[in-house]
Amino acid sequence: MANMSLHKVKMKEVDPVVRSGNFEEVAMGYTLEEAMEEATRCLQCKHKPCVSGCPVNVRIPEFIEALAAGDIETAYQVLTSENKLPAICGRVCPQEKQCEERCVRAIKGEPVGVGRLERFVADYYMEHFNGKQEKATTNGIKVAVVGSGPASITCAGELAAKGYEVTMFEALHELGGVLVYGIPEFRLPKDLVKKEIQKVLDLGVQVHKNVIVGKSITVEDLVEDGFKSIFIGSGAGLPRFMNIEGENLNGVYSANEFLTRVNLMKAYQFPYTNTPVNAGDKVAVVGGGNVAMDAARTAKRLGASEVHIVYRRSEEELPARLEEVHHAKEEGILFDLLTNPVSIQGENGHVAGMTCIRMKLGEPDESGRRSPVEDPGSEFSMPMDTVVIAIGQTPNPLIKNTTVGLSVNRKGCIVVDEESMETSLENVYAGGDVVTGAATVILAMGAGKKAAEAIHAKLTQQTQE
Amino acid sequence: MYEIVSKKKINEQVEMMEIKAPFVARRCEPGQFVILRVTETGERIPLTIADYDREKETVSIIYQVVGKTTQMLSGMEAGESLLDFVGPLGKASDLKPHKRVLGIGGGVGAAPLYPQIKKLHEMGVAVDMILGGRSAEYVILEDMFKEVSDNVYFATNDGSKGIQGFVTDVLKTLLVEGNTYDEVIAIGPLIMMKAVVEITKPLGIKTAVSLNPIMIDGTGMCGGCRVTVGGETKFACVDGPDFDGFQVDFDECMLRQTFYKEKEAHACRLDQQKPE
Ligand SMILES: Cc1cc2nc3c(=O)[nH]c(=O)nc-3n(C[C@H](O)[C@H](O)[C@H](O)COP(=O)(O)OP(=O)(O)OC[C@H]3O[C@@H](n4cnc5c(N)ncnc54)[C@H](O)[C@@H]3O)c2cc1C
Ligand SMILES: Cc1cc2nc3c(=O)[nH]c(=O)nc-3n(C[C@H](O)[C@H](O)[C@H](O)COP(=O)(O)OP(=O)(O)OC[C@H]3O[C@@H](n4cnc5c(N)ncnc54)[C@H](O)[C@@H]3O)c2cc1C
Ligand code: SF4
Ligand code: SF4
Ligand code: FES
Repeated sequence: MANMSLHKVKMKEVDPVVRSGNFEEVAMGYTLEEAMEEATRCLQCKHKPCVSGCPVNVRIPEFIEALAAGDIETAYQVLTSENKLPAICGRVCPQEKQCEERCVRAIKGEPVGVGRLERFVADYYMEHFNGKQEKATTNGIKVAVVGSGPASITCAGELAAKGYEVTMFEALHELGGVLVYGIPEFRLPKDLVKKEIQKVLDLGVQVHKNVIVGKSITVEDLVEDGFKSIFIGSGAGLPRFMNIEGENLNGVYSANEFLTRVNLMKAYQFPYTNTPVNAGDKVAVVGGGNVAMDAARTAKRLGASEVHIVYRRSEEELPARLEEVHHAKEEGILFDLLTNPVSIQGENGHVAGMTCIRMKLGEPDESGRRSPVEDPGSEFSMPMDTVVIAIGQTPNPLIKNTTVGLSVNRKGCIVVDEESMETSLENVYAGGDVVTGAATVILAMGAGKKAAEAIHAKLTQQTQE
Repeated sequence: MYEIVSKKKINEQVEMMEIKAPFVARRCEPGQFVILRVTETGERIPLTIADYDREKETVSIIYQVVGKTTQMLSGMEAGESLLDFVGPLGKASDLKPHKRVLGIGGGVGAAPLYPQIKKLHEMGVAVDMILGGRSAEYVILEDMFKEVSDNVYFATNDGSKGIQGFVTDVLKTLLVEGNTYDEVIAIGPLIMMKAVVEITKPLGIKTAVSLNPIMIDGTGMCGGCRVTVGGETKFACVDGPDFDGFQVDFDECMLRQTFYKEKEAHACRLDQQKPE
């Protein structure tokens, strides 16, 4: 008999007061008993609506069934047959808009905690089993993968498992893309990201860090060097600014810079680590997505006493994961909704305040969301030390600018054939944020997997000819 | 890992290293730079590529010991390796086949200027150079510049080499004496580049400067290196580091460079312990 509780088994979290003073992970995960109990809430639906909500079609009821029976090894095998980075996805997928949204249990009560169970299985497996990956026998065909975010990691792993000689080129000194420089430690521990990535690399991927495609080497060079296919997963790393007065004052950060200093360069351990960050005491974060929540909660942990989220639409439109908004509120982040910055004021070259205007919701725009319009005469100013701008990112143009014949759209996103992920250049593929603009980890992984399949199909055909 | 192939002291504060870095050496051009990291807990710092050898797959850097990271560099010897070394970053300098160019290098700014002057010389351009520094000790790369320039003039604050005064005093004299230049390339402290532009701009002598804002990634990802040029925001790491000196907002650059001054001084002094 299934467990008919309307609520998910509670997951322990660190107390908001304690956690907003450190960078430890907030959600503590299930114990084996808790996970097995939550697993029994799944009804094992024959038509599996949850699976169609997952961008990579994780075999959800099957892995949960194995988990409910306490067979973690099988659960893990089932899970990773579709998703190579489960410990990560279990933590950062917007489940409420994907698998869990379709769960039949959500019709009355809370859905099955698919994400939490996924996380549990991955964590438990890594801790207790640590199965070594088998390297496939190589087929001698060289493939290059650009970037090391979820799209590239997935693509590289899939191809290496099929025997390709995969070489990965990453611009930064760490692998993982946004997983290491963007998403903070308290939400996604970096040791865990390292382990998940290492498992994929163990399949036989060669890595060159500190190599920027378009600068250190070009796509053309890669072709010349004998790479038969090239996958570009360079993400959407270019920060947008607002183009308002005062944006170049000291104390104005892009979210990318703020988060990179803290996550990649570990500025929260300064001066043990040598990269500084100045969070200040009063911080405004402009934007309403995951990036904004991460920046706000980071500022709090760096010691800011007052942190505001300044967002131009209403709560309903906040694009961030539900859990992040919830956690941010618990930690005392203030939400200034229907509010938009107009200018930033400075003193001696440093931020001293920000002037904002109130907004009202008007007609729905092309995204289907009601577009905000200014309420004339409602300007007001707030004293501030720091302003973090988190209003979105677009793809970095470095590769486009150095690759003749590579088509991009108006927003600078690489144009691909949606079935094969092949770009306007033959044997050059792309996927993830560089194609879609800033999206999600799981969509990037789905794209990397799709491209790997297409690359394999085409190279198989080409070598047979 | 990137091996230090050789290391040389240029003066009390300035040192030169040749680093094995095949990817950088393969494609780099004058005007470009690298970002390096010495240890796992270290900062990423930008340094200009002062010279390169494609065959040996090495590039040379010349740095002034000013803070934590450059001190760590200074403590390393040939045979040891740097943890990270990425490049070439930034745009290559736009070196035109002019008739005559004046190079102005202030302090360690002479280092980033050298590859440009060398290239101009190879292109057949006549070059005059002004080298400046606090005192004779701080005037660097004199011999290397002499090989690629027609005339090298000096200015030091204490008059221990060349005239007593600033590089701009030499610049004024050269112009008053009737020398003409198609372009001036000035690299040094921001205050020096600003002073040079204050002289060349009214006379309409095209002036290129090289900006050195605080950087992290060097690929256009963080926006920390933003500078205002011609009223527009540019990212120095990808749009520069060289810019038209007439267009640069030097005052803003100077303010932005001081943002972490207190913390940097702190990092340098403290004996760092791992936090809990
Ligand atoms: C702060 C933040 C929080 C987020 N939170 C969530 C969340 O909770 N849930 C979720 O699903 N998604 C979240 N996202 C979005 C998610 O992280 C991205 O959609 C995803 O990482 C995209 O993957 P990718 O592989 O396409 O690119 P990225 O992860 O961006 O990786 C691209 C990699 O390519 C490298 N690169 C770029 N250019 C070059 C080049 N020329 N040569 C070599 N290497 C290059 C980059 O350095 C980087 O390592 C968040 C994003 C941010 C910034
Ligand atoms: C494109 C570029 C090219 C450069 N080329 C050279 C060169 O060829 N030789 C050379 O000696 N110096 C060069 N610099 C400056 C060099 O990067 C700094 O001296 C170095 O970062 C100081 O690091 P530190 O830890 O030793 O000192 P810190 O204690 O960190 O700082 C000391 C001084 O360096 C400045 N500084 C700190 N961090 C950075 C940073 N990330 N980027 C820029 N400046 C910073 C500070 O404002 C301060 O004035 C260049 C800078 C740029 C941006
Ligand atoms: S990968 Fe994401 S969407 Fe798919 S089942 Fe797991 S948590 Fe749900
Ligand atoms: S929809 Fe919900 S209850 Fe049904 S199989 Fe999927 S997770 Fe289980
Ligand atoms: S250094 Fe990050 S954008 Fe220039």
